[in-house]
Amino acid sequence: MTDQKEMEAASHHVVSPKIYVIILLALILGTAATVWASFLELGPWNPVIALAIATGKAMLVVLFFMHVKYSSKLTKLTVFAGIFTLFTLIGMTLADYFSRAWGQW
Amino acid sequence: MSDSTAIVHGAHEADAHEEHPAYLRHHFENVEQQADAAGFAMWLFLLTEVMFFGGLFTAYLIYRNWYYPAFVAASHQLSVVWGTTNTAVLIFSSFTMAMGVWCAETRRRKGLILSLCLTFLLGLVFLGIKTIEYGEKIEKHHVPGFHYNLSSFLDPDNDAAAKAANDKPLPLDMARHTEVYFSLYFAMTGMHALHMIIGIAILGYMIFRARAGAYTTGHVTFVENFGLYWHFVDIIWIYLFALLYLISRHQ
Repeated sequence: MTDQKEMEAASHHVVSPKIYVIILLALILGTAATVWASFLELGPWNPVIALAIATGKAMLVVLFFMHVKYSSKLTKLTVFAGIFTLFTLIGMTLADYFSRAWGQW
Repeated sequence: MSDSTAIVHGAHEADAHEEHPAYLRHHFENVEQQADAAGFAMWLFLLTEVMFFGGLFTAYLIYRNWYYPAFVAASHQLSVVWGTTNTAVLIFSSFTMAMGVWCAETRRRKGLILSLCLTFLLGLVFLGIKTIEYGEKIEKHHVPGFHYNLSSFLDPDNDAAAKAANDKPLPLDMARHTEVYFSLYFAMTGMHALHMIIGIAILGYMIFRARAGAYTTGHVTFVENFGLYWHFVDIIWIYLFALLYLISRHQ
């Protein structure tokens, strides 16, 4: 019972300022990297790299600033289900638009 | 709310009434469960927001694919310097907000007020820079509508931003599609700015309440959930910055 209580207390994790500072620096670094990469001539890879870095930054914000890494399984599942649904909807919409040879827009 | 009082109905209930913080509602088992339920609800709300912005992002991707040259040329009209500055401002405000949550959790009233004030100020700086950017668009008649001006795209040599990006003149029908880019630009950044304005208003309310001693009594749900909202707005901007400002820099 005591263990249970301790585990519950641990589940409401207070994230330390040290982690916030590290994440802040990582996000600033990511911003610098994505601006730098945008001025390189990489053809089709430019948007891929920009979106990959943006997704990396977003993951840092969600996991640490928004505490999902330290949250309950319910919260983790909720966030994952939402992102999964978003990508399913975007993916299916784009697949539909880009696979039809309408060509008359 | 931390200042609400628990009302006890009848003396016999008071006997069976276990000691609990005033902010614990009676339909919850304990404070932990109450906080989890509130956090869960906040995430559900944020997911509806994700779906809403997701629709705008999808529209942007489809139109960018259709009218690619127009979107590249129109994107060159945005200032990467202002965009990068604003990204840094917003990331920093997310950091100060996270520190605010920490101060509330560890019951530091002064630290909480300072964090909230800094977040408030950085939010205003972001909107100020956005105003400068919108001002440039208005001056060049790049706002969609009757006064929309195509000269930056038909005659790029006489436009500083287009010339700097080595833009070639677009044919008239493609140049007209730059208006689609700016429609999406104003819709997306405008909706984002509206979220910022709402956030700043709530921050003002929170500063007022925190000065009176709220949120540092162990009941941090409001600050925590507002933090989730503020970080969500930050994430939207991270993607807007990449999609609107950066991905068409070099074509």
